[in-house]
Amino acid sequence: MSGSAHKANFVQPKEFKFSKENLKKIDEIVAKYPKGRQQSAVMPLLDLAQRQNDNWIPEAAMEEIARILDMPRIKVFEVATFYTMYNLEPRGKHHLQFCTTTPCWLRGSSEVVGACEKHLGIKLGETTPDGMFTMTDVECLGACVNAPVLQRNGDEFYEDLNTENIVEILDNLKAGKMPEHGSQTGRIHAMGEAGPTTLLDMAKKNNITAGGDAPKDGGKDGGKAKSKGKKK
Amino acid sequence: MPKLTIDGMEVTVEPGTSIIQAAEQLGIEIPRFCYHDKLSVPANCRMCLVEVEKSPKPVASCAMPCGEDMKVHTQSPLAKKARKGVIEMLLINHPLDCPICDQGGECDLQDQTVAFGFDRSRYREAKRAVKDKELGPLVKTVMTRCIHCTRCVRFGEEIAGVEEMGVLNRGEHLEIGTYVSQMVTSEMSGNLVDICPVGALTSKPYAFTARPWELRKVESVDVLDAVGSNIRIDVRGGEVLRILPRLHEDVNEEWISDKTRFAVDGLRSQRLDTPYARVDGQLQPVEWGEAFAAIAEAVDKTDGKKIGAVVGDLADCESIVALKDLMTALGSKNIECRQDGAEFDVSEPAGYLFNTTISGIEQADAILLVGTNPRHEAALINARIRKTWLANRIKIGVIGPHVGLNYPVKYLGAGAETLEELASGKGAFADVLKNAKNPMIILGAGALRRADGMAIHALARKVAEKYKMVRDDWNGFNLLHTAASRVGALMLGFTGGNLEGILAANVLYLLGADEIPVEKISKDTFVIYQGHHGDKAAARADVILPGSAYTEKNATYVNNEGRVQQAKQAVFPPGDAREDWKILRALSEVVGHKLPYDDIAAVRARLASVNPAFGAIDTVKPAAWKEFGKEGKCDKAQFVLPVANFYMTDPISRASKTMAECTEAFANSGQKTKTGTHG
Repeated sequence: MSGSAHKANFVQPKEFKFSKENLKKIDEIVAKYPKGRQQSAVMPLLDLAQRQNDNWIPEAAMEEIARILDMPRIKVFEVATFYTMYNLEPRGKHHLQFCTTTPCWLRGSSEVVGACEKHLGIKLGETTPDGMFTMTDVECLGACVNAPVLQRNGDEFYEDLNTENIVEILDNLKAGKMPEHGSQTGRIHAMGEAGPTTLLDMAKKNNITAGGDAPKDGGKDGGKAKSKGKKK
Repeated sequence: MPKLTIDGMEVTVEPGTSIIQAAEQLGIEIPRFCYHDKLSVPANCRMCLVEVEKSPKPVASCAMPCGEDMKVHTQSPLAKKARKGVIEMLLINHPLDCPICDQGGECDLQDQTVAFGFDRSRYREAKRAVKDKELGPLVKTVMTRCIHCTRCVRFGEEIAGVEEMGVLNRGEHLEIGTYVSQMVTSEMSGNLVDICPVGALTSKPYAFTARPWELRKVESVDVLDAVGSNIRIDVRGGEVLRILPRLHEDVNEEWISDKTRFAVDGLRSQRLDTPYARVDGQLQPVEWGEAFAAIAEAVDKTDGKKIGAVVGDLADCESIVALKDLMTALGSKNIECRQDGAEFDVSEPAGYLFNTTISGIEQADAILLVGTNPRHEAALINARIRKTWLANRIKIGVIGPHVGLNYPVKYLGAGAETLEELASGKGAFADVLKNAKNPMIILGAGALRRADGMAIHALARKVAEKYKMVRDDWNGFNLLHTAASRVGALMLGFTGGNLEGILAANVLYLLGADEIPVEKISKDTFVIYQGHHGDKAAARADVILPGSAYTEKNATYVNNEGRVQQAKQAVFPPGDAREDWKILRALSEVVGHKLPYDDIAAVRARLASVNPAFGAIDTVKPAAWKEFGKEGKCDKAQFVLPVANFYMTDPISRASKTMAECTEAFANSGQKTKTGTHG
């Protein structure tokens, strides 16, 4: 669940100011809504604040948003507490959101979570002492075909996880490198592991074979695929 | 005009009427939690489900408008089953702690569970618990009992104008909360207790005091401001335990201010319950006879012209007319009811009444507030202004200090200069007033409680006439008094003397007058204080006559609009205290000018003979627009608001512990901050 600011055991910053770039963005966002309806921009603004402030929204930011959009603070607070993707407590630099809903669980999300917990030495819902990682469990992320799935900072999806590649991802993140997101087993999109079973001519034309080898010259959509094909 | 049948009865209703309202017209009550007459309709409790023929599912009758030929069943098996289901779901997370809940006996959830629910629970799992919220010294919270009807949130947004409560989190974790544990700073917050259908929000000062079936309920009127809110006084034994609002659409709708509701504990402390007389410089308890004898002695050796009388803020009309008759008999014209020293022309009722009437505010489309903060001086008139603003987004201008009003206003200036500017057709607000159909001006004590009050009164009249605020069908000229006795006393002509002169009289009769500058009374003056609380003036008195408070007498009061209303006796006055007009009647005999009335009916007949308006209870007769006011030079000084602390304005609220707590919590800290919605 989204954290409630009432049980705070951390320090709320006294002040929050949007950066210059973000203020420009705010003008653009607010301009999208009809005059007098600027309150509709509360959700994108909360998101902006969260991105600017290391993955969480302090009370000062909610007050600033209420001021910018000329709405009661409680209305901003209502929205921020309703949606689970707004974090009202400090999070690590990498906020790891593990899907633990049925399809991911069937494909071994418990083991993936366990491997991560063992590697980082924290439990779900906790943050590493160095402030690098926070682990949380979330409901279905909508990528069941590539289960188990992990979402980082609400942006990148890491798919087809297992107890080994999760450790590799963590080590990369720790080292300051950004591991390639998408399938970690080299699968193209959500293609079956056995490779193409229909439209074989098309697959041949695009140089796609079983095991998820990437097309060399890029097929019609394969060009955008983010598989690496180095696993297995 | 759709025609429909509900439970076999035919009814024709205005288009847009909801089924629940149509049923109410027929006298059929549909159970509900979230629906409230005066609030918006969220339709989230689902308790008002009914069966509508040809509709595949039960329908929420609060949100469904009536349609032509609809056939509604409120007692069909489907409707009953639907309601049972809703009650069962609502009770899943309700603690069922009725025996220790203050709402018990007057709880909608309790009553409706008995009437419409199951007789046992099928729920065996754990219930959730919710942390209580801190809403200040008036409202106690037990949030686990909350059923999330959101009435309190809507009340805050729509009526009180303080958007401080909201619905936090969601689903199983949903709860009502404030922004990071903030107190609700509203002078109307006590109404949250009334609108909460369960025991989540209850009265903190009244906690664990009584069960509703132990109480005797007396319908009366409030006197702590000049609105004349209709109240119900709940009494057990000889003690007033609480005060609740009573519905009066033209005055207070169904709200009352926090002072009206919670100052009630002030009726129990600092009471004068026996006569006192000064013996050897010390006030000593004496018998009635001794007190009267002391007065008679002082009056006998004094020329009538050297006797003065001042009427206080809480005095009733019966005692005012008795005091006036007594003073006339003694040959004194030194009488005054404006104990705050306000100056204005009192010759014409149109000059001192709230002519627009309180419900009339809803027709206004531009309001000019002069030297007043209605939020503190008449919280319910302010609520009406806010209601009008909310419905029509009317323009409101303020001349006077910046105050935290709960609707956007335009500050035009701080003193009489701005009013002069408007009178000559200049200034930004002139166009607004010119283009308005029903403009109104509200002149507060802040503009009149000064030496040039008379000139400002005339100036306001000039503004009213310039912007066509007074027509045959509309009167937009209003004075806002803060004292419940003021309009009644003016209607009875208890005025004419000048306050400074009266205070210098040889014998001074104070009928509950505590707001006078006591230090200005000369040392040699013989002071008689008749009242119910040992406040400022009683300490200076030479003789104290213990009177009764508004809950202890059958008495007549006139509100700002000129509406005559009667308060009913709920309890007896403490100790030797007596009803005020009876004290004056008894005293008149001792001083040799026996007043010609022996019972309340005769006093009221006398009231009606002095001013026929007293013959018509609870009606407002429009006052004729005649010449009044005396033009003069206006001072440049800024207006100073009359009410510095909303929670302590009179002897009763000053004696109240609850009001002292509110002063501590709100007036000294919170109230100064804006509430976030001001323009």
